[in-house]
Amino acid sequence: MIAIRDLSLSIHGTPILRGVSLDIAPGEILGLVGESGSGKSMTALALMGLLPQGARTTGTALLDETDLLTLPEAALCKLRGNDIGMIFQEPMTALNPLQTIGAQVAETLVIHGRATRAEAQRIARDRLDRVGLSAIPLDRYPHELSGGQRQRVCIAAAIALNPRLLIADEPTTALDVTTQAQILDLLKSLVAEDGLSLLLITHDLAVVADMADRIAVMQTGAIVESGSTAQVLAQRRHPYTAALFAASAHTPSRRVHRADEPLMVVEDLHRIYPGARTLLRRGPPVAAVRGVGFTLHRGESLGLVGESGCGKSTLTRALLGLDPVQGGDIRIFGRSILPKMPDSTRAGIQVVFQDPYGSFDPRWRVDQIISEPFHLLPDAPRGADRRARVAEALRAVHLAPEDMDKYPHEFSGGQRQRIAIARALITQPRILVLDEAVSALDVSVRARILDLLAELQGAFGLSYLFISHDLTVVRAITDRVLVMQAGEIVEQGPTADVFDRPSHPYTQHLLKAAPRLPDMTERLA
Amino acid sequence: MTRLPPALILGAALSGLFLAAALVSLLWVPHAIDGVAIANRLQPPSATHLLGTDQLGRDILSMLMVGAQTSIAVAILAVGIGVALGVPLGLAAAANRGSWLDEIIMRGNDLIFAFPSLVIAILITARYGPSATNAILAIGIFNIPVFARVARGAALPIWTRDFIRAAQTAGKGRIRISAEHVLPNIANLLIVQATIQFSLGILAEAALSYVGLGAQPPTPSWGRMLSEAQTMIYTHPMLAVLPGLAIVMTVLGLNLMGDGLRDALDPRLRRGRA
Amino acid sequence: MARYLLTRALSLGLSLIVASVVIFALIEVIPGDPASYMMGLNATPENLAALRAELGLTGSPVTRYIDWVGGMLTGDFGTSYTYRVPVADLVADRIGVSLPLAIYALTLSTLIAFPVGIIAASRRGTWADHGIMGATQLGIAIPNFWFAMLLVLLFAVTLRWFSAGGFPGWSDPTAAIKALTLPAIALALPQASILARVMRSALLDTLDHDYIRTARAKGLTRGQAIRRHALRNALIPVLTIIGLQFSFLIAGAIIIENVFFLPGLGRLIFQGITQRDLIVVESVTMLLVFAVILVTFLVDLAYALVDPRLRRG
Repeated sequence: MIAIRDLSLSIHGTPILRGVSLDIAPGEILGLVGESGSGKSMTALALMGLLPQGARTTGTALLDETDLLTLPEAALCKLRGNDIGMIFQEPMTALNPLQTIGAQVAETLVIHGRATRAEAQRIARDRLDRVGLSAIPLDRYPHELSGGQRQRVCIAAAIALNPRLLIADEPTTALDVTTQAQILDLLKSLVAEDGLSLLLITHDLAVVADMADRIAVMQTGAIVESGSTAQVLAQRRHPYTAALFAASAHTPSRRVHRADEPLMVVEDLHRIYPGARTLLRRGPPVAAVRGVGFTLHRGESLGLVGESGCGKSTLTRALLGLDPVQGGDIRIFGRSILPKMPDSTRAGIQVVFQDPYGSFDPRWRVDQIISEPFHLLPDAPRGADRRARVAEALRAVHLAPEDMDKYPHEFSGGQRQRIAIARALITQPRILVLDEAVSALDVSVRARILDLLAELQGAFGLSYLFISHDLTVVRAITDRVLVMQAGEIVEQGPTADVFDRPSHPYTQHLLKAAPRLPDMTERLA
Repeated sequence: MTRLPPALILGAALSGLFLAAALVSLLWVPHAIDGVAIANRLQPPSATHLLGTDQLGRDILSMLMVGAQTSIAVAILAVGIGVALGVPLGLAAAANRGSWLDEIIMRGNDLIFAFPSLVIAILITARYGPSATNAILAIGIFNIPVFARVARGAALPIWTRDFIRAAQTAGKGRIRISAEHVLPNIANLLIVQATIQFSLGILAEAALSYVGLGAQPPTPSWGRMLSEAQTMIYTHPMLAVLPGLAIVMTVLGLNLMGDGLRDALDPRLRRGRA
Repeated sequence: MARYLLTRALSLGLSLIVASVVIFALIEVIPGDPASYMMGLNATPENLAALRAELGLTGSPVTRYIDWVGGMLTGDFGTSYTYRVPVADLVADRIGVSLPLAIYALTLSTLIAFPVGIIAASRRGTWADHGIMGATQLGIAIPNFWFAMLLVLLFAVTLRWFSAGGFPGWSDPTAAIKALTLPAIALALPQASILARVMRSALLDTLDHDYIRTARAKGLTRGQAIRRHALRNALIPVLTIIGLQFSFLIAGAIIIENVFFLPGLGRLIFQGITQRDLIVVESVTMLLVFAVILVTFLVDLAYALVDPRLRRG
């Protein structure tokens, strides 16, 4: 049905795609996998004729007999939504906030002149029922819906005219695992029952392994390997595919020196936000953290998992002494940090954040950034001594001491995360809080940062509090794990026990929803 | 740094010209303008008087040069008031988002916005008499909420960035973080806003002087030259055209410079569309 | 929606109260005797005392303030010192010039700015866009009173299409509108330049949003995406500017009325200043501030109509 042959693309002269060839058969799910910047999305936009200005293409992209690359804009408009539908990554912003969801689904029909207004409403209702939103009236606005529901609306609008091909560009990346599982199930059933083809674009190997009939692996603008899912998973002929798989399932080797010495003790912690202010009154207070208690021991790696909105960010802010708490106690190094964390304690507990781009003041040099926590020390080193300490921290994270005179924008995402770790290490802390510290990284970079964290833990006897929504990563690097739901810790225990024999229904639900790479070593043996 | 935007160059050249004229006039003008020479009145442009003379026989080019002083001085001082008071208020509001302090600052801003700047000027001059100082005060007061708003609006997204959290975990307080991290990161926007307010200040000063609420005689000012020319607009239209052109070119220059600065300083625009 | 509007109304009511206190304090409380200011240097003590009594300056500031506000609420704006007539009568005469002028100018500026801004945004980067941006850049730089003088020079002096000023009254509506046309154009063009630029950038901003991409993927042409999705979203920042412009129009009208010798509130305020008639200045200023706050509330109302997110609760 779709045949892309030798598609090359450059934008303002910069080559983006190099000789991409792909086929999609009717009723098939093709998984297009690759790391960020590999050209997955651009391939899809080329099919839709929605490339940015300044794009030049060569090659062909046939839909049956029609070359999509040379089709005039008017013909492309007729084709979009009609033959090919597309959904995107960010459901929160993908819908017009000022229009009802019914109108936005019906628009696909109206714009193509395929239904009268009343009929379009009826079909819109039908499509919303189809995507599992039968309980939601047509006159709702996007802001009244959750992220998963909004993605369903997008899907309803995309399939309103029963297109032959649906392109889904990272459709679940912005969603929680349980929501992700539901959306993936929906996409699967659309293909199975309504006979459309699906081009599923994702960075997540586990997602395609579970969904796709065939897989194509992209690297720097070219397809390096493609074939049936079983074949690609088992053989991994191209070294990049092999590396990608290895990185996705990577478990760093760690030497654990856990001592029975509690470094951080949290008891019955409550964090309550005052209610939203309306006129003169306030709404009811919101309890974001309710009665949380746990202990972090020396040399231990403790995971904290939960979906967005479960309270783990709020809990993290409280543990770092950035927010007041409304009940309970936090003792770090045997001393309560309430109501205000003393600087000496702060020096012993440092943090690495998620976003490798937002973590640094873009106007500061690396040496200024790394030495900022020296503010906590009463006798902070100065001059040559200070530079020596920064150089030492840079060496510890495998960067060159000369890097200290550069600015953050001169580094890649992985290197920046190393700088963030160096900053956290500069005061020689005993606890490192890793707040989604590897979540924004591509799998291969992530694997190397996990190795670094394991190495540093061994070298400095650090304790890690590892906060993540990514169960695979938590399993790979933690000794014990806390599962958080709706402000409470619902289950905690040794990581292997919790993952293999979850006792709380929520944990079971979470683990079931998380896509996992099939264990190929077993299948190969 | 890539090539400078052409708007920036043109704008800087235009506004630079008038700034230079104002500076030169401090030391030298083609003809002294404090004397009245009725014999010389309303002369057409000539080699002696490049732009001619006015109804009192004063050299128009010299009047324009000295007038630039008034306009620029009033506008700069008014922007200074706005920056000095507005920026700290905006930074404080952003650092304490949602608190009563933020609430009071923003409500106060709304309140000043409810007064058209000219109405403030009218109130002040109605009560205390017209003068350049009162014009500066009136325009400056109106600049405070503008800068407070811009500073707060630009600072809020900065406060959500992780490097602020990193600074907090390094034990730094709000004031220190505002000074070390927030202010440098919003400085570009403030500079652009300052050029815009500067040009608005020149327009406002001209308007106030035109209706007699700004600089008082004998201080020359572009706005008053216009109001004096109005009665002679039928016979000597050039008297009304020239000061107006001076205002337009200065304001245009500043606006172009503001636009150009925004383009040159905005890293998003510099990177091009991703 | 009711709660949102009630919140806004309360907040603006508060602004109104504070504004009245500020105006009252500036005119009547801050040191310096208003009576001696009004009478000038050659006032006798007896005359001053009489004037103070007449102005009601004898009571405590609090009771005077309450009297003033209470009076205005019942339509009593005090008595003009120079004209010896109630300020309310003066205002009633002149609002018939100022209000139509402001509406005329706002309508003109919106009618010009919307299409111009939309054309510039939808043809971004073309000569049409560059031309429009250049013209608006110039429009912003031109002082409206100078532009008014140029209009008089061209249309009244040279072409003789319009009279150079004055107002014939509303008994002849055509003549009245004709008399307001040059002033309205002078007020509207600089404002239209600003508004067109805001319209353009707001549209370009919304065109960057994800939902435009979704719409395009559904098969909408670029033009359809702009008309059906971008325009209404762009309206939100544009409304803000229209609201702010009203305040500038009022200020601008004060000056423009003087250029064209229009008997409006602006001239009244100026006569009040030159004749040191503080009663007139105080009450008319308060009226203008009230008008600005009222328009702010109307803009809030318009927000709620455009944006469903504000209608909740």
